[in-house]
Amino acid sequence: MKIGVVTFPGTLDDRDAARAVRHAGGEAIALWHNDADLHGVDAVILPGGFSYGDYLRCGAISRFSPVMEPIIKAAQGGMPLLGICNGFQVLAEAHLIPGALTRNHELHFLCHDQKLTIENGNTAWTSSYSQGQEVVIPLKNGEGAYMCDDETLAMLEGEGRIVARYVGENPNGSRNLIAGVTNERGNIVGLMPHPEHAIDSLTGPSADGLGFFTSVLKAMVQ
Amino acid sequence: MSLDTVAIAEANPDAPQPFAELGLKPDEYARIKEILGRRPTSSELAMYSVMWSEHCSYKSSKVHLKQFGDKAVKTDALLVGIGENAGVVDVGQGYAVTFKIESHNHPSFIEPYQGAATGVGGIVRDILTMGARPIAVMDPLRFGPADAADTRRVLPGIVAGVGGYGNCLGLPNIGGEVVFDETYLGNPLVNALCVGVMKHSDIKLAKAAGAGNLVVLYGAKTGGDGIGGVSVLASETFESKGPAKRPAVQVGDPFVEKVLIECSLEIFAEDLVVGIQDLGGAGLSCATSELASGGSGGMKVQLDKVPLRDPSLSPEEILMSESQERMCAIVEPSKVARFLEICEKWDVTVTVIGEVTDGNHLEITWNGELIVDVPPRTVAHDGPVYNRPLAQPAYIDEVAEEVINVPIPSTAAEIRETVLKLAATPNLADKSWVTDQYDRYVQGNSIQSQPDDSGMVRIDENTHLGVAVATDANANWSYLNPYEGAKLALAEAARNIATAGAKPLAVTNCLNFGSPEDPGVMWQFAESVRGLADGCLEMGLPVTGGNVSFYNQTGAVAILPTPVIGVLGVIDDVRTRTPMSFDRAGLDLYLLGETANDLAGSEWAYMHKQRGGVAPIADLQREMRLIELLVAGRTKKIFTAAHDLSQGGLSATLTEMVLRYNTGATVQLDNVGISLLSETPGRVVVAIDPTQTAALTQEAATQKIAVTKIGVTGGDSLIINDAKISLTELRAAHTETFKKLFG
Amino acid sequence: MAKIVVDVMLKPEILDPQGKAVAAALPRLGFTFAKDVRQGKRFEIEVDGEPTAAQLAEVEAAAEKLLSNPVIENFTVRVEK
Repeated sequence: MKIGVVTFPGTLDDRDAARAVRHAGGEAIALWHNDADLHGVDAVILPGGFSYGDYLRCGAISRFSPVMEPIIKAAQGGMPLLGICNGFQVLAEAHLIPGALTRNHELHFLCHDQKLTIENGNTAWTSSYSQGQEVVIPLKNGEGAYMCDDETLAMLEGEGRIVARYVGENPNGSRNLIAGVTNERGNIVGLMPHPEHAIDSLTGPSADGLGFFTSVLKAMVQ
Repeated sequence: MSLDTVAIAEANPDAPQPFAELGLKPDEYARIKEILGRRPTSSELAMYSVMWSEHCSYKSSKVHLKQFGDKAVKTDALLVGIGENAGVVDVGQGYAVTFKIESHNHPSFIEPYQGAATGVGGIVRDILTMGARPIAVMDPLRFGPADAADTRRVLPGIVAGVGGYGNCLGLPNIGGEVVFDETYLGNPLVNALCVGVMKHSDIKLAKAAGAGNLVVLYGAKTGGDGIGGVSVLASETFESKGPAKRPAVQVGDPFVEKVLIECSLEIFAEDLVVGIQDLGGAGLSCATSELASGGSGGMKVQLDKVPLRDPSLSPEEILMSESQERMCAIVEPSKVARFLEICEKWDVTVTVIGEVTDGNHLEITWNGELIVDVPPRTVAHDGPVYNRPLAQPAYIDEVAEEVINVPIPSTAAEIRETVLKLAATPNLADKSWVTDQYDRYVQGNSIQSQPDDSGMVRIDENTHLGVAVATDANANWSYLNPYEGAKLALAEAARNIATAGAKPLAVTNCLNFGSPEDPGVMWQFAESVRGLADGCLEMGLPVTGGNVSFYNQTGAVAILPTPVIGVLGVIDDVRTRTPMSFDRAGLDLYLLGETANDLAGSEWAYMHKQRGGVAPIADLQREMRLIELLVAGRTKKIFTAAHDLSQGGLSATLTEMVLRYNTGATVQLDNVGISLLSETPGRVVVAIDPTQTAALTQEAATQKIAVTKIGVTGGDSLIINDAKISLTELRAAHTETFKKLFG
Repeated sequence: MAKIVVDVMLKPEILDPQGKAVAAALPRLGFTFAKDVRQGKRFEIEVDGEPTAAQLAEVEAAAEKLLSNPVIENFTVRVEK
């Protein structure tokens, strides 16, 4: 099972995402932003970081990279696609999922261990979790406030497309404590916290994040 | 302004030159003329002025820093010593680790965000230049009083700058310090440390060897950043009422540096460079003269080839520019094409600007005209060496007479009040407001970070080999006794490495002092260096490099002497490390080491405005035995937890331990007031499973370290004798301070 | 020489924490004039000669596609001497 991990200039958590893929039992394939070839991968992860230095807007320049063209096409055809943090921002800029990520409401970069509930265990990336399961996964960003208009919000809530929600105090000002969303089909997921940093309790707060990566391997077998 | 060439300088020997405005003294100017046999061109004058400034030439500190080499312990572990961009130590399994700490104090006072950001950028480039992948950063920070208006001006910007730059580079921040003291008002200290890892074969040095090899400048374009920053800022103190020295601050772009790191590592992996130097203080002046003097001896540079962001810059300005994110590599002609290809892949600006020559000339031309022709060693290494006068200041004997007279708690109510006060005081309060702005997870190898005693990073995923780093300083003790203060800081940093069970291996240092022109300050400096050198020799730890920051004073008032000592250690398996605290009931708590009446220089004394007294005398033999005990505690699986005692004494240590994993403790102490408040060095609190009691007793006896049972873990309170403080109340006191101060 | 200016602002319903921070800081410095402050971005685009209608149309398209995020931002385009 091959999972592509994209590196844009300024991407930071690509090697961590690749490590998480390996821990889950998959094969991680490095994809270069300038190379419009997916090299036969079965799924793609857009990792965290500060691609293009967050110039203009986070993810605004990355979304036009050559590698995004085949990714968008494949994702529209059902290929599993996960955007983590900066990756979520790229998905939003590319309109693959609705809404946008804006500056944290307290204006500071915030890194802490965040409690979440997994609210949708039916996506390609969350099938390893049970509905409503509580997990602890690191959150680390400066622009993580999820915004969308009222109509979109109603739709996302109504259709159960909120993948994960923050528990407790709102860490960044996201509407309805939204930490992650999915598209209609459930193959594209955008997530603000970093599951690749919660794959063992040696280097993270828990192993709760591994489920994202085992889920997609199961999905691919099917 | 017409171009001042070598020919014109020869023809107009008496033309007046602004050497004083550039920071050169008349005797230094005369010496330059002697070296060149003529007056310098304005470009040469610019080069000498930056390179001979205190910050670059270490002219006031060299004679003292020699001790680190003279008193150096002979060790095979030291692969690269003082003199290169950073020191390198062997940590086993074919890995070499490089680390260094540097200051960026004055720029951070002027422009907090950019000062701190470029401070991080600079130290990271020093590590990269050694051929290593940077893997972590730490930031010891010192500010004026927490509630001072100027602290509120500089602290948020500095923290945002450290985080903004470090996070964007993808470097986990694994620790640091936040210290408040009147002494730093007007002179905040921003020290930044970086650690990097590589294989032995990857080590790169700053040598321009091989005539005919090419000089290649890559990274950001050159602009007007920090022109004159080095010599103007770092070598002059601030006038209390003077105008802000605004134009000399550098502006950083961490994205460019991140790309520079990845590009450089690919270049290193293909072995494409013969030598490499980053451009930091004094920019091109430094890089060219240092590379040339480190190698074949000479270099030819076409300055007009330097890619510019600002086409209006004069040659002098280009030579002095401190634009960030630039590197200078020496590349064999046969390898240049591949070098350029890799730069293009990463979209990094790259230009061949010259070539290495034999002989003793650094020749720089501007559109064909020779504007610099100097012997490079005279610029980079043979700068002035001062033997500044030193004199023990009168205050030393005066403060030793002071008797500390502070309230010592004894009743339950007094104990409660004291513990809560210490928990909430800014120097000891929870620092999450700061550290939550730093990414501690990126790269996926962080094992320990704030608030643990040391930062720890795994460097091999298979063997779980790891390194630990800690920084410490105690300006209170250094003030009372600079010689002992330096030794005590060294011991504390080494102890902080050892509590997790890692073995201290090497030392770096950032020496922050007032003006070297003040004999009293110079005496403090000399004593601190002597103490550190003696201490390192006794403890068998080589000094791998470091940084000196002078002129930290406002008017005639210098900061308290603040030598920050960084210690790096190694641990064979990070999975076996001893954590800082416990998360279950039923463990026994022991205090390792004896407690004396050491309130002089303590946090409690400081809180009562008493700064005098007699500092403790370091007992490094005992500290080394304690380190052996701590390492044995891990390898023999005796300790469940270990946390060292420092500022705030036992009170702070217990507070931090019970709050870490929300597990209380019940403790019985004799002479409770002194027991809680004293800051006698060489002490650690450990938690053990009762089944390990005999093992602990035996090991402690072997190492001749006193061990005293003080209590047990468990419950939802911290109970000291009759005093009971719920964890809820203690946590509130501990965590509200920074929120109240900084929002 | 003229330039085309694109001003980008967050849509009114989107929370603007930076604008709020500025609004909070002003009175602390003694400035009491502001009822509210919103912060945005300004792009200055240099073209050869006088901007044509065709170029302005292109800038509008570029503003829609790249310079702004239409999900959360509005923009205006004008020529400045």
